[in-house]
Amino acid sequence: MEIERDQRRFKQIVRGRIRENLRKYITHGEMIGRKGKEAVSIPVPKLDVPRFRFGKNGSGGVGQGDGEEGDAVGKPGDGPDGSGGAGSEPGSGHLMEVEVSLEELAAMLGDELELPRIEPKGTANVVAEKSKYNSVRQTGPESLKHFKRTYLSALRRQISTGNYRPDDPKIVPIKRDKKYRSWNDIPKPQVNATVIYLMDVSGSMTDDQKEIVRTEAFWIDTWLASQYKGVEKRYIIHDAVAKEVDEHTFYHTRESGGTRISSAYQVCADLIEKSFPVADWNIYIFQFSDGDNWGDDNRQAFELLGEKLLPASNIFCYGQVESPYGSGDFIDALHQEYGENEKLVTSEIPDKDGIYKSIKKFLGKGK
Amino acid sequence: MTLELGNLTPELAAIQVEVEQYARDYGLDFFPTIFELIDADQLNAIAARGGFPTRYPHWRFGMEYESLSKGYHYGLQKIYEMVINNDPCYAYLMRCNGLVDQKMVMAHVYGHCDFFKCNQWFSKTSRKMMDEMANHGSRIRRYMDEVGVAEVEDFIDACLSIEDLIDVHSQFIKRSDTKSKYEFANQDDEGKKSRSDRLPAKNYMDRFINPRETTSNAADESDKEPPQRRVPEHPERDVMLFLLEHAPLNGWQADVLSIIRDEAYYFAPQAQTKIMNEGWASYWHSTIMINQGLTGADIVNYCDHHSGTMASSPTQLNPYKVGIELFRDIEDRWNRGAFGREYDECDDHQKRKTWDTGAGLGREKIFEVRRIHNDLTFIDEFLTLDFVREHKFFRFGYNQHSEVYEIESREFPKVKQQLLNSLTNRGQPIISVVDGNHKNRGELYLEHTYSGVELQIDYARDTLENLYRLWNRPVHLETTLEDAKIVLSFDGSDHELEHGGLYDLADDSEDAA
Repeated sequence: MEIERDQRRFKQIVRGRIRENLRKYITHGEMIGRKGKEAVSIPVPKLDVPRFRFGKNGSGGVGQGDGEEGDAVGKPGDGPDGSGGAGSEPGSGHLMEVEVSLEELAAMLGDELELPRIEPKGTANVVAEKSKYNSVRQTGPESLKHFKRTYLSALRRQISTGNYRPDDPKIVPIKRDKKYRSWNDIPKPQVNATVIYLMDVSGSMTDDQKEIVRTEAFWIDTWLASQYKGVEKRYIIHDAVAKEVDEHTFYHTRESGGTRISSAYQVCADLIEKSFPVADWNIYIFQFSDGDNWGDDNRQAFELLGEKLLPASNIFCYGQVESPYGSGDFIDALHQEYGENEKLVTSEIPDKDGIYKSIKKFLGKGK
Repeated sequence: MTLELGNLTPELAAIQVEVEQYARDYGLDFFPTIFELIDADQLNAIAARGGFPTRYPHWRFGMEYESLSKGYHYGLQKIYEMVINNDPCYAYLMRCNGLVDQKMVMAHVYGHCDFFKCNQWFSKTSRKMMDEMANHGSRIRRYMDEVGVAEVEDFIDACLSIEDLIDVHSQFIKRSDTKSKYEFANQDDEGKKSRSDRLPAKNYMDRFINPRETTSNAADESDKEPPQRRVPEHPERDVMLFLLEHAPLNGWQADVLSIIRDEAYYFAPQAQTKIMNEGWASYWHSTIMINQGLTGADIVNYCDHHSGTMASSPTQLNPYKVGIELFRDIEDRWNRGAFGREYDECDDHQKRKTWDTGAGLGREKIFEVRRIHNDLTFIDEFLTLDFVREHKFFRFGYNQHSEVYEIESREFPKVKQQLLNSLTNRGQPIISVVDGNHKNRGELYLEHTYSGVELQIDYARDTLENLYRLWNRPVHLETTLEDAKIVLSFDGSDHELEHGGLYDLADDSEDAA
């Protein structure tokens, strides 16, 4: 049908526009609005046809209904016409929000950064059972009663026992007529992955640094989710001590204590041991810090890293976010200790623009 | 897409015959009407193309389709009916609708068909648009084959940017002589002159055969610099026409622009008569269904559907609702003779309410109204104080502090003025070409006739960029921002904003309605 051609063309244009501006979206995570489970909305520049039209300043109109003067009748977003950005910047153009599935976004990210597809390890060790309603049983809850089958077997029984009268065709099912819908478990091989984020929340990490971490984590999640069915995310924060937290706490906690990276490594190692058997899980560890660590802690940290974390994980990524307060030593210490290590990837993120390169480095290994 | 003509089931075909007869008996006058039974998906596809199964390919139809089908699948919206102003009239019925719904939709459709055929604002629209749209489609597809999809599509985008800039009244008045490339007016004039005043002579001998002294007066005048004429002579509302006549377009570009312009003129009356058209169609589906169409068993379904169509929200008037109520109000008033000087001058509320001269002119009046009015004149002429009170109209505005829309006023003049403003020029800003040779450098200068509401500047800038693609020289738009005149300019690479208008157009402002 012709409309499908138009639809394809539209999608092609949207993808093209997003791709053109992907670098901007990657480094400015805040541009991406409403992040949902399966899709995000992205402001795409100059998508609809621009026209001379009235601005919002004089907007108002005529409505109908009850109410006194001064009563509120609606918010600006309620109208049918919710598009249009502020656009105060000359040449930035008007914007239109477009919904893009995470899968599509990941594909674009993959193309843009030339990311290799990940080859999962531990193929199909974890088996997820998926239930499918495809059978009938003699017993079950009333809510799952199969009316047609129950009726048919009652009819059959009444005819065979001579209880069926065509002039008064009443069918009364008894217990053994009753049939219930039931399910079978269908085993489905599934490769699982977990992402464990570690972050330093000591005083030297400011909100700007956390924003960088948050943006980077969004893209990492998007990419990994496109490579695995079911990615579990875990968050660990630390200063001098570490603990596992939920996502919101992860980004919104600020402690004033000192910094002991080894504490986070210990919690992480325990978590892996407890919840993610190495044989079954693809484990990704991302650590973000400003590079500050108590001097004598490095030795203990490297011990944990070398003995537990590196062997367990597919890849261990250390991102050092530049902060006005941090010392930035840790990355050098890592390099000294490990030199070139297959599983260890480090990257320095001086500012938002550094996110792009950093993601490419982290995910570029295809592990 | 292939569609069989009039593929109704026998049951629906019988309903069509029945409803059509009712419509005819009431005096509705319509083109032959063909109903197509189609699936929701097809309906969405056709609706996305403005009602036409075959049009030129364009991404925005795909965008529209995606939004319609998403809305449909999430159960947010559903298109019940779709009618095309064409002879014969095409109308679409959604296959999954119930029979009562189909009957109601048919009655509604006959109202629209009558309106298309009889309302004067539609009188200049092409009635063979189905064919013309298909023709436009094949022309544009051919250009795409010749010069490439992207290039043609880009050009279409630029044209669409200014598709609102037409002069709807030009269809009815002759504002200027039509210019044709093949009229050589000046040469003719010279020919006449030489017959009267001058002796025939070859160019190089002219000075000797017709010496200056003998042709004194006439020659003096023609030797003088002709008075500087602005192009256009008067501000031109039909910006698309101006570009067609003056922009440096090549063959296919000019054709594409003329296609977009033709379609804009075709659709304009529908935007001008939204309230009336829907009101009229609703009036007739309600009249036909209540009086003849319904059986007792249908009544609940019908009421559910009808009231769904009439629902209004606090911040948006429903054209169906306003239209049907206004037509009913007019019918009622003219039936009671509640119009004219004596009625208008009567101050006694009770007397006005029970006023009845037994005039019985209601039906006749609404048929007349549907023939001559558009929304703007309809509201101007027939929206009364009593009506606004009864239907609880109010004017709302944006409150900067609380960041919500608030009821501003229930005063009749304010409410009416706001409604009229929103209908003026189909709710679009009024923009004209005032100079096609700005600064004597071939730059294009447009003026926005400011009426109290500012333009959205980011959109205006992007529109100027598109305009530049058509004009190929710098383009300017004079408008008003924060109570001061400004000029937005785009020269092909940079935007500029200058304060102060360049022309004093006080004497040219005949268009400022």
